Amino acid sequence: MLPRNWSVRIGGAALLALILVAIAAPWLGTVDPTLFDAASRDLRPGEVGSITTLEGETLPHRFLMGSDSYGRDIYSRVLYGTRVSLIVGLACAVVALFCGVLLGLIAGYVRAADGLVMRVMDGVMAIPAILIAIAVVALWRASLATVIMAIAIPEIPRVTRLVRSLVLTIREEPYVEAAVALGTSAPNIMFGHILPNTIAPLLVQGTYICAFAILLEAILSFLGVGLPPDIPTWGNIMAEGRVQFVAYPHNVFFPGVFLAVTVLAVNMLGDGLRDTLDPKLAVDEHA
Amino acid sequence: MRRLIFAAAALAAVCTAAAQESVLRVVPHSNLNILDPIWTTQYMARNHGYMVYDTLFGTDEKNRIQPQMVEKWSESPDHRLWTFTLRPGLAFHDGKPVTGEDVVASLERWGKRDAMGQKLMTFVERMDAPGANTFRIFLREACGFVLEALGKPSSNVPFVMPKRVAETPADKQIDDATGSGPYIFVKEEFKPGDRAVYVKNTRYVPRKEPPSGTAGGKHVYVDRVEWNLALRDAQAQVNALQRGEVDILEQPAFESYPPLQADKNIQVVNSNPLGFQYMCRFNHLYPPFNNQKVRQAALAAMAEEPFLRAQVGIKQFYRTCPSMFTCGTPYGSPKGSDIQSKSNMRKAQELVKSSGYDGTPVVLMKPTDLAAIQKLPDVAAQLLRQAGFKVDLQAMDWNTVVTRRAKRDPPAQGGWNMFCTAWVAPDIWNPLANPAVSALGEKSWFGWPSDAELEKLRDQFARETNEAKKKALAEAIQARAFEIGTHVPLGEYVNPLAARKNISGFVTGPGNLYWNIKKN
Amino acid sequence: MLAVVAVLVFALLRLAPGDPAAIMAGDAATAEQIAQIRAGLGLDRPLVVQFGIWLGKVLSGELGESFYFRIKVATLIGQRLEPTFALATLTILLAVLVSVPLGALAAWRQGGWLDRALMGFSVLGFSVPVFVLAYLLIWLFSLELGWLPVQGYARIADGLGAFLRHLILPASTLSVIYIALIARVTRAAVLEALGEDYIRTARAKGLPELRVLVRHALANAAVPIATVIGIGIAILIGGVVVTESVYAIPGLGRLTVDAVLARDFPTIQGVILFFSLVYVLVNLLIDLSYVFLDPRIRY
Repeated sequence: MLPRNWSVRIGGAALLALILVAIAAPWLGTVDPTLFDAASRDLRPGEVGSITTLEGETLPHRFLMGSDSYGRDIYSRVLYGTRVSLIVGLACAVVALFCGVLLGLIAGYVRAADGLVMRVMDGVMAIPAILIAIAVVALWRASLATVIMAIAIPEIPRVTRLVRSLVLTIREEPYVEAAVALGTSAPNIMFGHILPNTIAPLLVQGTYICAFAILLEAILSFLGVGLPPDIPTWGNIMAEGRVQFVAYPHNVFFPGVFLAVTVLAVNMLGDGLRDTLDPKLAVDEHA
Repeated sequence: MRRLIFAAAALAAVCTAAAQESVLRVVPHSNLNILDPIWTTQYMARNHGYMVYDTLFGTDEKNRIQPQMVEKWSESPDHRLWTFTLRPGLAFHDGKPVTGEDVVASLERWGKRDAMGQKLMTFVERMDAPGANTFRIFLREACGFVLEALGKPSSNVPFVMPKRVAETPADKQIDDATGSGPYIFVKEEFKPGDRAVYVKNTRYVPRKEPPSGTAGGKHVYVDRVEWNLALRDAQAQVNALQRGEVDILEQPAFESYPPLQADKNIQVVNSNPLGFQYMCRFNHLYPPFNNQKVRQAALAAMAEEPFLRAQVGIKQFYRTCPSMFTCGTPYGSPKGSDIQSKSNMRKAQELVKSSGYDGTPVVLMKPTDLAAIQKLPDVAAQLLRQAGFKVDLQAMDWNTVVTRRAKRDPPAQGGWNMFCTAWVAPDIWNPLANPAVSALGEKSWFGWPSDAELEKLRDQFARETNEAKKKALAEAIQARAFEIGTHVPLGEYVNPLAARKNISGFVTGPGNLYWNIKKN
Repeated sequence: MLAVVAVLVFALLRLAPGDPAAIMAGDAATAEQIAQIRAGLGLDRPLVVQFGIWLGKVLSGELGESFYFRIKVATLIGQRLEPTFALATLTILLAVLVSVPLGALAAWRQGGWLDRALMGFSVLGFSVPVFVLAYLLIWLFSLELGWLPVQGYARIADGLGAFLRHLILPASTLSVIYIALIARVTRAAVLEALGEDYIRTARAKGLPELRVLVRHALANAAVPIATVIGIGIAILIGGVVVTESVYAIPGLGRLTVDAVLARDFPTIQGVILFFSLVYVLVNLLIDLSYVFLDPRIRY
């Protein structure tokens, strides 16, 4: 196994590179990822074809990663897809952490609410994440917001449980008891004393949620219940390309590699952070 | 001991019988979930119907109506009384003979659901069954399409069911799949989403004529037909056929043809030469397409070729067709189509400018789970944008498309402006069958065009019995439909089936028909 | 808890747009026909009433009738249970057989090549999407080598050989993520056990290494391994949905996707409720199994 700081370094560097690619996508030789030209269908990587702009102009273009069955540029779609994946991963982590922390603090601190909150959380946890996600996205119209909500909701209980258990431990600590004795208000105790102590484990949890969200987004797109197919996401590119996977594997190969590398980078970052910040958390309960 | 040997022998006999039983393993084009071909217009229910039921008349390969269950028929001189005699030997799967009463009950139920059936029933005074194997139709006035309606090859087909089944209310689905057709449905083995099984009806007596379309002798040469309803991934379908795990793919994805055609163990057969027509439909109730000039501009922008090239892609599988009715059939004519077929993008841009289009975005619905039509909206969006329209392309699954298209709400409140679909030729090949040219406002098919003149012409067509005059009326109807812009026809395509080389005897028809097929 | 699930699921589905009646009616149906079908399905009644009716049925053990397939949801689930159950069982079996020995060996020689390879593989296993892996395996073992069927499911009743041949690829695909998960936990647990005093005692007594590893270290890792299998059930169910789609297996996962696309509310509700029940039951069984796995625990 790599030394822990190496894990953080490699994961972090790869992630940084991906973020740069996502931001710089328009300047990396890409075209509008939604443009298509039936004359350039199913080109192999490196072949030259044409692209018709929205104004109706036809321009020659080299398809670095080939084209799909519409005649869209896979290279441009994969690069722009980086944006969607990273946004989904990050947003899901933020939403899940925010809701989870809030509910966890309430459950851990307010005795009366504890039973109800945890009962609901148990219920959510008993439903497999992917089923919730499929149902939410397919039944509500698929958009970035619904996809993020669909993936984040099943993650909330885990965060809630973590925060609640931390709160229950921390509130027994002498310095918190001292603060209570001094008459500090409840929100003050929660956000001023308890929350700072939960940051390290939450950061680790956040990276796992992020990695899982990126994977799940791709799976939803692949099953046909994700973001609209004209939005370039890795899952959508693969879903479109699966029809001719044997004849034109590049449609699945390139986005698949990007996806695997991204998730790998986030996972490595998470593993490394976990080992660095808190060796006691070494048993990974999250996939 | 002796008993044991006997049992073993019997078992061996059963095993050899099982080994010799020929099973046709088919991947249908969609899922089968509704077993009532009168209640729904879904093509899978229709194909199920052709397995288990028989029809009074059929439509042959040359699109002529031919008797099927009917032996002979006569028409009174004033065209108001039609008398039909059933051919001998017809029996339902439960062994009971088919009688005139079964036919009358079946036609009554069909006449309540089917569009053409409803039209026919407006002419019908009453029906009766004077003898066991005869039935009569009494008309209020002469009607030009009695046989066309009874021999209608596609949804809803007037299948003949036992009277007890046909007496099910028309708005309730039937539970009993007893018919008199060439196959028997095995209810115990039906697992929705997994498989449907049909076995040969050994009692079935085919007609003497050679099979042709839905007419002629329905001979069955296999013991069992299994529809694989689970195999839905296009690549997996190709893999399975190439490895011989299935025998027939009804409608391969267009992307799948190159590998299929390259495989020496596989044949690509077009059993539906008339094929399908694509169309995009305007919503006539709301801006921008409540304005005839804007619809004309959109028609001018939406040339057929780009749609066919993007969606089908294989040159020999598509053709542009300037007609709203199927090209190559009696009413297929270019009359009135110049606005679309002789136009170009520059003209479309001018038309958009002069139409008073105010920039209202076109809400265009795109289904994401129907490979056969899902690229059409992308092309429509691209062309409309080039012409100067604003387009809001909304992706959703097909279920949501069919839900939303039924809503008459404004586009901003869950309604729509345009969607695209495909029809099999017999469903659109004449002005009565084609739902897109009906202009009865809210009683029409989704999109709800309203035009008194078009309706007057369609009514004349329904009453006309002279073929030459019918053709002229069909041309007039089409010209008027293009003028008011009911919808945008987008050309025709075929979607040939792919099968292992050891399968032969495919029958031509609007759907996939499984009689006359041999497996060696 | 299942009551909470029931309310959540019902709220989730029924507040959503989409109309099962429209897709049932077919392409040429008019708006009136669709409205008629809606009324027939009881979809025109207020939501609260619909929920009451459904909950009443669920409590009496009845899941209602599928809008789309028109048979009882319980029957439908029964029809689809065998493939999913077989796939899940084989996956767990395969994963445990591979990952527990590997995890133990990796811990035994901590920092060795096997350890490094296994840890590398486990991170990778979490990162490669199931369907990409599925396509790679199909391409290699079915299309190139021609060893295994590319799709479908053979019932156990049709012969054990065919049954296994059809299940090997899907189960292998699905087991990768599970192997990664269990191997990690096994490694960590064995590592912890190896540091304990009684292991040192056993070694000092001169017991053979293999015996120490299996009888003492691994036995102590049984509880965390069982726990992680329970947690992994949720992941497994997710994987089943994808795997069944790729390999065209007519199981509960396919049923879920089909039912969602068709807005078949009773079926979606039934399947989710069923999966939740399985999840709860499995975890209960695992809690009970601690008694056997760890002699110190008594209930």
